[in-house]
Amino acid sequence: MTKPDHDGPILEIENLSISFFTRLREIPAVMDFSVTVQPGEAVGLVGESGCGKSTVALGVMQDLGVNGRVVGGSVKFKGRDLGQMSAAELRDIRGNEIAMIYQEPMASLNPAMKVGRQLIEVPMIHEGISESEAWKRALEVVRDVKLPDPERILKSYPHQLSGGQQQRIVIAMALMSKPSLLILDEPTTALDVTVEAAVVELVKDLGKKYGTSMLFISHNLGLVLETCDRICVMYSGEAVETGSIKDVFDKMQHPYTQALFRSIPLPGADKNSRPLKAIPGNFPLPHERPPGCNFGPRCDYFQAGLCDRGDIPMARIDGDDRHFTRCLRYADIDWHTPIEAMAQHEATTPGKVVLKMENLKKYYEVAANALFGGKVGARVVKANETLSFEARESETLAIVGESGCGKSTFAKVLMGLETATEGQILLDNRNIEQTPIEQRDTQTVADIQMVFQNPFDTLNPSMTVGRQIMRALEVFRIGNSDQERHDEMMRLLDLVKLPREFAERMPRQLSGGQKQRVGIARAFAGGARIVVADEPVSALDVSVQAAVTDLLMEIQRKQKTTLLFISHDLSIVRYLSDRVMVMYLGHVVELGTTDQVFAPPYHPYTEALLSAVPIADTGVVKKHIVLEGDVPSAMNPPPGCPFQTRCRWKTEVPGNLCEREVPPVRELAPGHQVKCHLSQEMLDRMEPVITVAAE
Amino acid sequence: MAMFILRRVGIMILTALSLTFIVFFLTNLYPNLEKLAKTQGDFRMSDEEVASYLNRNGYLQPMAVKYGQWIGVLPGFVIDDRDGVTRGHCIAPGTAPEDAPRFCGILQGEWGHSTVFKEDVGKILNDKLALTGRLMLWVMLLMVPTALVLGVLAGMREGSRTDRTLSTVAITTTATPEYVSGVLFIAIFASTAVGLKWFKGTATGAMDQATFENFFLPVLTIALYGMGYIARMTRASMAEVMTAQYIRTARLKGVSFPNIVMKHALRNALIAPFTVIMLQFPWLLNGVVIVETLFNYKGFGWTLVQAAGNNDIELLLAVSVVSVVVVLVTQFISDIGYVYLNPRISVS
Repeated sequence: MTKPDHDGPILEIENLSISFFTRLREIPAVMDFSVTVQPGEAVGLVGESGCGKSTVALGVMQDLGVNGRVVGGSVKFKGRDLGQMSAAELRDIRGNEIAMIYQEPMASLNPAMKVGRQLIEVPMIHEGISESEAWKRALEVVRDVKLPDPERILKSYPHQLSGGQQQRIVIAMALMSKPSLLILDEPTTALDVTVEAAVVELVKDLGKKYGTSMLFISHNLGLVLETCDRICVMYSGEAVETGSIKDVFDKMQHPYTQALFRSIPLPGADKNSRPLKAIPGNFPLPHERPPGCNFGPRCDYFQAGLCDRGDIPMARIDGDDRHFTRCLRYADIDWHTPIEAMAQHEATTPGKVVLKMENLKKYYEVAANALFGGKVGARVVKANETLSFEARESETLAIVGESGCGKSTFAKVLMGLETATEGQILLDNRNIEQTPIEQRDTQTVADIQMVFQNPFDTLNPSMTVGRQIMRALEVFRIGNSDQERHDEMMRLLDLVKLPREFAERMPRQLSGGQKQRVGIARAFAGGARIVVADEPVSALDVSVQAAVTDLLMEIQRKQKTTLLFISHDLSIVRYLSDRVMVMYLGHVVELGTTDQVFAPPYHPYTEALLSAVPIADTGVVKKHIVLEGDVPSAMNPPPGCPFQTRCRWKTEVPGNLCEREVPPVRELAPGHQVKCHLSQEMLDRMEPVITVAAE
Repeated sequence: MAMFILRRVGIMILTALSLTFIVFFLTNLYPNLEKLAKTQGDFRMSDEEVASYLNRNGYLQPMAVKYGQWIGVLPGFVIDDRDGVTRGHCIAPGTAPEDAPRFCGILQGEWGHSTVFKEDVGKILNDKLALTGRLMLWVMLLMVPTALVLGVLAGMREGSRTDRTLSTVAITTTATPEYVSGVLFIAIFASTAVGLKWFKGTATGAMDQATFENFFLPVLTIALYGMGYIARMTRASMAEVMTAQYIRTARLKGVSFPNIVMKHALRNALIAPFTVIMLQFPWLLNGVVIVETLFNYKGFGWTLVQAAGNNDIELLLAVSVVSVVVVLVTQFISDIGYVYLNPRISVS
């Protein structure tokens, strides 16, 4: 199949409308959506979940399933209307001219087929080349996506590769036929930050090398800033603002874009002096959209009689390069007014030490043969190595690290779901490390509670919200009668700012943010003094994240709770925590106050983490550090320093010390400790990773 | 892998031992033995006579010892009786006690003597298993491919008209037990009731010479029942696989629909039904019992009915040993096959 030459835009979507048809009604998923992708251009598609961005991608692919249909507008690829094509013509284009990269690499690869077979299939179908030729091509592309030992990789099954490697294979598969357009649907959401940074870097380089145009779908504004030339912001099925990155980020012309930027923690935001501004209200359901502007009910600039009258067209902003906004009042709004001062808070002072960990260790023994046990060849997973720290009353301690660093194990040991191998955990000077949760007394259980990452799975789907909270109260033996517990439950709903009617609702009737509030109410039901929040907002949409974070902070202020905030998102950690603990492969590599950790001297791993986090601010200059390879397996950790396999400073330490000895804990400043061999002199020479350019 | 197989075999032997012991224990309960004594001797025997008969034939030894003798790890008993005849477990009638071997159990290939057929159990088993094996072979040859094709066709486009039609067929066949479908088939295809008379209503002739005419109905009766079940499992698994993300990946790679089904979906879709198919083997024994009796095909199932009906302890035990072995071996094959089909499961 030869690819016809074509000048002009690669992809033109014009006034595209897509609906899904159910028995009840037609659900419009995308309305009047237009975007153009020029050759070699990368366009970012940003919005919250449910705004229709993935539907656009599938619409381009003409793969909407049985219920979906294009009800208006057209999608033109190199001037040809994809909607008019036959199934055979579409097959020729899919994989050949338009390729897609998916959110979950593991699910997108066929588990029962070797990676090589899945790769060579693409050119064999589209170009009819022989198997050996396709194999050669596959080797080349796998080398291009920087995977070590391509021969071995091609001969392995997907489950034998790590998440980052799988995503590289998905990328390689997309590049096999050198497509003109690449659609990336949240390509890094399932990956760790440092792996994400490496994958993003790779995609950018390959885009340049192959001259591919890209449609980059993401909810992460920072990522779009790093990868794209142009951006299109979507809200509730419509594009609300589109333009070049610079125009949209610096001279936004739509209230939603502005609200979005104000609700994400950028450098400079602070929980006390400059709190985030959450977008009020909720995302409208597709069949409950308001008349006129979809964003109207949540907009600060809403004007009744104007904004709710009828459909709003896209308006061109004069003077900018193809910059459009779907707002009637953009000319009236003064975009430069600073954020209204939100309620500022006094910084809380940490109180007495509530929780103390001393040399906590947790090892797991893993039988070599999972099916039949047997001690022969049993291996030890060192999930936690000598954890020591203190947490004070009304303090927020953030625990940061990538998957597999041991942060969840630590939470389990603290909660009593596992018992410690060595060391001690002191709660009010009482040892609890060897007491499993079944044997803990009610007060201890009520004192240490958890807020879980995924609010969708942690509520019982067949029990009303009120009942679930009452259940927690019963377990904690609070209240003497059902009536008392009912009153207490209502008070808790008030505490987490949910309407009291919600007591009678079922979890499925709640949105993600509301469910998480129920989870928080349940955690605080017994007056918890220590709350372990395990990625409490990472499953939520950006605009809801701010509100939930805010709620946690507020309850903490009121109840003087100690918050252990487990997260991989450094932006939010910087925003809300007092102290930060960075973990890598079970070791605490750095511990200090937020300012100490976020400023040099860093631990080399902290430095890389900071550099990997995408920041949605054009004024920020970041030093570029990309870590090679993956996190080593905890089953087989490297000798010496755990980070030595990926450390860029390793050569600065004389005599291979990093490979031989685990570095000692060093105190750099009062309360700031680092586990590193680097000399003081080297540490002093470190430069800040993130610098905010003076405006 | 070798280690895995070795362990599995070890566990299998243990399971077989415990299962046969349970059967042995139950068939050797005293009331059973009493009945045996009376059928072998005289129905009007007194309690003392029964006891003395049982004692003479070694039935009153401790259970574990009897079990050991039956297996062939303990020497067979030898009793010098009052009447001057030396009886022993291993002494066949008509041979001198001195010539008899010391051990004679299953391990030595001695399955005992059938009281119903007046023949060596070993020989009966051999003949009957050959007959039933032939029946099973044809059942499998008919059932498995048809079921898989039905399941895959129904599951590849979930909710389509093909799917609904095939699913109805599958549910109907599974919901009809063999004793219903067998009787129906005989009435429709082999009797004067409808008058079709395409097939023979008995399969006795098939024991010597199987033809399409005398063998198809029993095969079909067993196959239909299992087929619906396997087809349903395959359909469910296929339908699930077809909604998987990697199928979308393949579709958006430009793979054509037949190739998606054959290359991408099939192997994944067969992982779950494979276990079911292997489990069908022992399950088929059920059908075999009913169908062989219904069609008067004197195979393994028919023998089981005869042995159970006539309190033929040694034959019954032998039949149960074979059943246990069939169950365990199919399980074993299913585990090994699963490992080969599903690359995510590794045993090394």
